[in-house]
This record gives sequence, C-alpha cells and structure tokens, in this order.
Amino acid sequence: MKRAAPAGHGNNCSSSPEERHKGSKGEEIPQQYFKGMAMDRIGILEGRERQVLEKNSGVAQADIACDTSSLSGSVSQRACVFCGSRVVLYPVADAIHLVHGPIGCAAYTWDIRGAVSSGPELHRLSFSTDLQEMDVIYGGEKKLYKSLIELIEQYKPKAAFIYSTCIVGLIGDDIEAVCKKVARETGIPVLPVHSEGFKGTKKDGYKAACHALMKLIGTGSTEDISKYSINILGEFNLAGEAWIIRQYYEKMGIEVVATLTGDGRIDAVRRAHGATLNVVQCSGSMTWLAKEMEEKYGIPYIRVSYFGIEDMSKSLYDVAVKFPDRPDIMEAAKQIVSEEVKTLYPSLQKFKKALTGKKAAIYVGGAFKTFSLIKALRSIGMSVVLAGSQTGNKDDYARLKEMCDEGTVIVDDSNPVELSKFILEKGADLLIGGVKERPIAFKLGIGFCDHNHERKIPLAGFIGMYNFALEVYQSVMSPVWQFAPRKGGSL
Amino acid sequence: MLLRHTSKEVKVREGLTINPAKTCQPIGAMYAALGIHGCLPHSHGSQGCCSYHRSTLTRHYKEPVMAATSSFTEGASVFGGQANLLAAIDTIFAVYDPDIIAVHSTCLSETIGDDLQQITKKAKDDGKIPEGKYVIYASTPSFIGSHVTGYSNMVAGMATQFAESTGVKKSQYNIIAGWMEPSDMREIKRLAKVMGINIVLFPDTSDVLDAPQTGKHVFYPKGGTTVEELKSSGDSIASLALGSISAEPAAIALEKKCKVPFETLDIPIGLTATDRFIMGISKVAGVTVPDEITADRGRLVDVMCDMEQYLHGKRVALFGDPDQILPLTEFLLDLGMKPVHIVSGTPGQKFEKQMRQLLDERSPETNFKSGLQADMFLLHQWMKNDPVDLLIGNTYGKYMARDEDIPFIRFGFPILDRIGHSYFPNVGYGGSLRLLEKILNVIMDRQDRDALEEKFELVM
Repeated sequence: MKRAAPAGHGNNCSSSPEERHKGSKGEEIPQQYFKGMAMDRIGILEGRERQVLEKNSGVAQADIACDTSSLSGSVSQRACVFCGSRVVLYPVADAIHLVHGPIGCAAYTWDIRGAVSSGPELHRLSFSTDLQEMDVIYGGEKKLYKSLIELIEQYKPKAAFIYSTCIVGLIGDDIEAVCKKVARETGIPVLPVHSEGFKGTKKDGYKAACHALMKLIGTGSTEDISKYSINILGEFNLAGEAWIIRQYYEKMGIEVVATLTGDGRIDAVRRAHGATLNVVQCSGSMTWLAKEMEEKYGIPYIRVSYFGIEDMSKSLYDVAVKFPDRPDIMEAAKQIVSEEVKTLYPSLQKFKKALTGKKAAIYVGGAFKTFSLIKALRSIGMSVVLAGSQTGNKDDYARLKEMCDEGTVIVDDSNPVELSKFILEKGADLLIGGVKERPIAFKLGIGFCDHNHERKIPLAGFIGMYNFALEVYQSVMSPVWQFAPRKGGSL
Repeated sequence: MLLRHTSKEVKVREGLTINPAKTCQPIGAMYAALGIHGCLPHSHGSQGCCSYHRSTLTRHYKEPVMAATSSFTEGASVFGGQANLLAAIDTIFAVYDPDIIAVHSTCLSETIGDDLQQITKKAKDDGKIPEGKYVIYASTPSFIGSHVTGYSNMVAGMATQFAESTGVKKSQYNIIAGWMEPSDMREIKRLAKVMGINIVLFPDTSDVLDAPQTGKHVFYPKGGTTVEELKSSGDSIASLALGSISAEPAAIALEKKCKVPFETLDIPIGLTATDRFIMGISKVAGVTVPDEITADRGRLVDVMCDMEQYLHGKRVALFGDPDQILPLTEFLLDLGMKPVHIVSGTPGQKFEKQMRQLLDERSPETNFKSGLQADMFLLHQWMKNDPVDLLIGNTYGKYMARDEDIPFIRFGFPILDRIGHSYFPNVGYGGSLRLLEKILNVIMDRQDRDALEEKFELVM
C-alpha cells in the first residue's frame, strides 16, 4: 500500500490532488512530464507535511515544523555535525585543520569552499589521521598524537583544530588529553572540535566550532584597539566578500578587529574580545558565539546581511548608529551608500527590465539569507514562489511567511522530489541553491545561481548585488533553455 | 602558490596523511549501486556521509544523484541502527518507490556492530519488502581499503544476492565492469556488440549518470543493469572481470555461487590492455575479431607511430586507482614514455604485486607507493626532487601541476573541474586514441608555449 501523503500541504492543503499537475497560472502540465519521475506517485514524505507550508492568509495556519532531524530513509539535502564545524572554521588560514577519523571526512572537505586568504593557505590542504581497522579496535590516540607532532613540525602553524568524526566518538579517544599534551609540548593552541557527525544537526556543528573559537578569544592583547571597532561574525570571505565589506567599514572610520572566520588569522581571533560591537552576518552559524561574547565580555551584537541594496545599506547604518558620539561615522556611511547606489541603481535597470515577471525558487542553508534574497530578487523584478532552508528555526519561518507573497511555498529540510515538484507547479524560472540543487535545475531546464560554497564571484556588498543580478540575468536569459523540452524545444 | 607549503625533504610519516589519493568505501558502493536500474542507494550512517557522497558524485557528473540515508542520531549509535534502517526501508518503498534499495554501511554503523545481512533479512521476514522488490547490501567500513574497495564490495554483493542458476545455460557472457565511467561502460557494450556476443554488463551507469536533458528530473533514469539481467548472470557461459581489484571479487562470487567460470583482465585502457580484452572475448566466446575492430586498432597504432618522436622519454607522474593506473602505466610504457612516480592511496597486495611486476620488467627505477601515506603530498615531494614533464591524475592534481608549472591531464575520480569523462571513453582502441590525443595536445602545447620565437614551428 502506498502511504505517501497527497501532494497537498498538510492540514493547510490548498490544492486538491486534481490540481496537482497544474502550473502556476493554472495551466495543465502534461502528464508525460511526470512519467519516470514518479512525481505522480511521490508526494510529500509522511511525517514531513508539517515541514511544508503554502502561504494562505485566508485561513489560520499552523507554524512550520523545523529544528527536527531528518526522517530515516529520506533523500535529504542536509549534512552532519562535522560538516557544520568544518565550514565554520575552514577559512582560518594560518591554522592546521586535522580531521581525526577514516579518510573520507578529510577527503570530501578538501578545499571545497572558496574561502580565500590574503596570506597563508594552510586551510586548503587536507590532513587526516586516516584511521584503520586496528586503530578502531585499539584506539587512535597515539596516531593522533604522532600526526599532530608531525604536522606542527612540518608547517609551524599558529594553532591546530582537531575535528572528531563519528567513530572517534564511539571508540572513546580522549582527544582533550591529546590536545593538551601537544599544546604543552609545542606551545601553540591545540583545540579539539567535538563534531561527531551523528551528535545532532549541522547547527550543532556550528556550535562546536564556535566553542573552539571561544577558547581562543580573550587570549590576545587588546592594546591599541580603537573604541570604534567591530568584529564581523559569520562572514567567510567566499570569493573575497569579506574584503569588500571590511573596506566599507574601514572607510567609515571603524576598525575591524577580526573577521570570523573569513581570511581568518589566529592572532586576530585571540584579540576579538577587544572590539566594541559584534556584527553577525551568517546568523545560523555565529549567533551562539555572539551571545557568548556578550555574556563574557559585554560586547553587544547586531544581526546584519550583506546581500541586496537594502540590507547592505542597513548593515552600515546599523553599525554607525552604535557610535552616536561620532556623527562622522554615520555621515560616511550615508556617503558610501549614496555613492554606491548612484552607480549601482542605473546598472540594475537593464536586468530588471528583462527579468520582471520571472519567478524564483530559493533553497539555501540558512533562513536569514533567504530574507535578503527575496528582497534582492524583488529589486530586479522577480517574485519568489518557493522559499526554504535546511536549518531555519521557528522565528525564521514566521518571518519568512510574513515576507512572502500569497501562494509561496515554504519548506524546511526539503528533498529533490519536493523541490522539483514545486518548481514545476509554480513555474519557476530560476533556482537559487547549492551543489546538489544545481543539476536538478538544469535537468528541469531552468536557470540556476549558486548562493552557497561554490559561488565564483562575490555576491555580498553593493558590487555583489550587481554581480548577483548579472548572474541571475545571464542564467535566466540564456538562449540554451529554448532547447529544453519543457520550454517547448522538444523534437 | 598554494602548495608552497610542500617541502622537498621526504620524511617518514607514521600517522599523518596529507592530501589523500583516495577516499572512503561508501562512495564507491553508492556509485556502483547507481549502475542498477531502478535502484536507490542507501547510506546506513550519519546524514553527512550521504550528503558528501552525493555532492562529490554530483560535482563529478554534473547530474542529480539520488540516495537516501538512515540519518543516524545519538540514540541510534547507542542502541544500534536496526530501527533506523527498518524505518528507512519503509519510508523509501512507500515514498520513493524504487525497485531495489542497495544499502551500504559506514564507519559508524560498522563500529556499533550493525549487521546488514541480519537487518535486511529481518526486513524481509517482517514483510517490509514489497512483492517483486529487493533490498541488497554491502558492508563498506570506511576504515578499511578505499572507495575502490567499496565499489568492489557492492558489485560482489550484486552477484551474490541476485545471480541465480536455473541449470540451463544462456547464450550470454558477463562482463563485470571495474570502476570506470558511464562512457567507458557504453563503449564496452558497443565493442561486445561489434564482436557479436550477448553480454550482461554490471554495473552499468551509462544512461544514469550521463542522462540527456529532458526537461524532467528523473528519479530513476532509464539506464542501469536490470534485475532480470543480474539474475540471469548465473546462467551465463562465462564472466570477464575487468579489473582485479574492483571487479574480480564479483566474478569469484559468481563462480562460487553459480559455477560460472571467469577470466580477469585489465580495464582495456591503452593498446595492449585492449588487445587482451578483444582477444579475451574472442577466445572465451569463440568469435573472430571483426575487421571494424582491427581497423580501429590500426588507427591507434598509426597515430602511435606518427607521433612517437614527441613522446619518447617524456617523464610522467601519475596517481589514481589500481585498476585504472595499471593499464595506463602499461600504455605510457608502450608509447615510449617514462612513468617516473606512481602513487595510489588504495592498499592491496595484489595490486602492489602486479604493478611491481610490470615495473620490474620495464621500468625498475620508477618510484611507486600504494596504501597508507601514499598521498599527493608524497607524490609532490617526489616531483620536486625528480621533476617530470607531465602529471596525470584526478582534479586535485591541478595544485601540483600549477605549482610545478607542468602539463596536466585529468584522469580518474573525481574530476570536479572539467567535463568529458562522462561522455568520451578512455577504453578500447578509440578511447585510447582519445587519451593519446590528450597527452599529445598538452605536451605539444607546452612545446609551443616554451619555444623560442625562431624555433616556433608551424608544422609539427
């Protein structure tokens, strides 16, 4: 017996099964599109109905369910605790990152994130203890110790991060003890990261990474740090984005003490507690750290986003407001915004003209990014018909629902079947996602923009908005889609 | 330069692996399982494993890669993963409706002692597997072997769990594919057809991971070896296993279970390995080699002769997987090139012996290491001490090639930054000709780039 739920949306189902194959304008999507795709037989996973919602203001709607682990047997797009820790700490370029476990975890995370460094590039190498069967039986502590000594001797890093993987948690290696011993012998900080894959979700991995950072913060000198200073948290310098952002703040007369962790340096992290304000960009990964720093060092924090004109401008003003005794900072912020927008705005119009009326689907890691993307897309004439994230929380989804247009589908922890189903139903022209979503968009014959690790050009800042619009324009307007059967190009 | 961190002095390392020339078993099992029609691979472990494997395969093929996961939690790792796997089997058949679920284990589920044979049997006994559907499994602990081992284990699992012997032989032969690309599998099928024999090729990822754009996201593409074919492999006259590491274990399993005799050959990369493959088919099936294939061979030999002056004595470093780099090394030697450094992260005495034998006969001074600490860091150190003219290996080789400023050919798994491997084979005479063309192109481009103006040649 098929136990798949109908393709509606739980209790708030607004479309009957008969309407299932209708496009966004109610046009019939021919049945053949679903053949072999099993879409006519695949609905939403049972138990997932509450993680999907179609905005419908007419009726009272329950909150979306999130913060849950994925169902066993689902084709989830999510990753694990280790992945969360690895992406957060990865950009620290003058530390070594040793993965303690069998080879896979180190192999799959070898230089997969375009987090660029202006100096050392130790983070782009792959280090593993490559645990073997005997190590699993007798323990891997000796191997870890030897590996660390060999590594530190070879590379003379400023610090070392040791990531535990699944089986390390099981075989019970005392990583703390090994790290302490090596730190004592080598004189550099050696920090365990408790990132056993199964011990929670990717978010727990972020937290484990922040935990390690917290041990470093407060160990450096804060001498000579200006009163008008900030840390940028949750900015990973993908394609050099942190450099762009840093430049804006410096132009305003603000000192950036540390960027966590984009183009990161251990010495900067160690003195991060000397800053006056924490500015949190990727809130999913770094809010915990900001809260800890507030508690321990009394540093307040604000949440910002550097994507899109509106949010980018706001992130400069919001910082300036925190330094009321220096009106010149606010003046400088206004100056930057006005100059940037003066050149940016006209340059966006040709994209807007072409893209007006086109529809986008968004499925990214964190929900906060989704907010900015919706606004950014609107500013170039596009509407959002699907919005979702892997790790959003309750408040995120409430806000998302508020922001979205009527009829927008909102999903948490989605899977390829759902994504392609909604993309077809809603007639999206563009998907914004990550590595596993890209080929799905292309198979369906619609444009794609990577707003994840594989972005090739900076999408943050004012210049980033231009790049984003250009990338969306180039993908959506590409002549290749005319040959895709769905757009009428079949033989 | 990125790899300026690599020091020239080679020191013995006891624990550490730097820049691995291998990855873990489960991804190989996942890739193999995608070569069965209507199959959903299932990763019995944490969510991250499945996500990493899918991402890597997606980057390599630029295709959607579907696989499910048991999504281990802390509870599962204390109480065992049986409940997760049983729940997963329910969910998968109910929602994704595959014909087959191919479960592979991970380091986590192996360490806690989950027994896939017992759990899948329980699923069957409990009636969780619908009529006409299948759940197969392979044990693939990440702390043994490499991705190649995982591939090999899953392919052997196909043989042991599907092959049936009805007592009546069918007029067909099994070809068991070692780890190769969909393009290679397509070419193997074409060659068998031209040779005039019926084959069951397994696994077969052609038309799965090189699927055409159709405007649909197809969950189970049309390619892949079917269950009927896999079952019938027990009635085949004989098996040819292509690759002693990645394919032979399946042939041995078939012989044991269904008494199908087998012969193990190299993956037909290069002239002599293809000769052995074609002659192997000819001998086993008693067919003569058609003129078409003889002419293909002639064309490859013709180009080898025409261009030998550009290749002779050229020094090569290569790294990759045993069954691929063994025939590749032989091909390089046949071309008059000099394999100077060879590295494979995959451990195994059999491979070690085969490679040693080849090198002892034809290139005894070659540096060769496989297994633990046979990584790209070591290869790079060797290259710094004893420079080469060409590097061959997977995408990660690009760092070394850039650092040493030498030509580079992408070959093996994974290739994350170029296309082509899914579409153009390296096997057979035609595939070898393409490989030769690629080698010639990079070497001659380099010669052009470095030529003094007065020596810059129009005719080469």
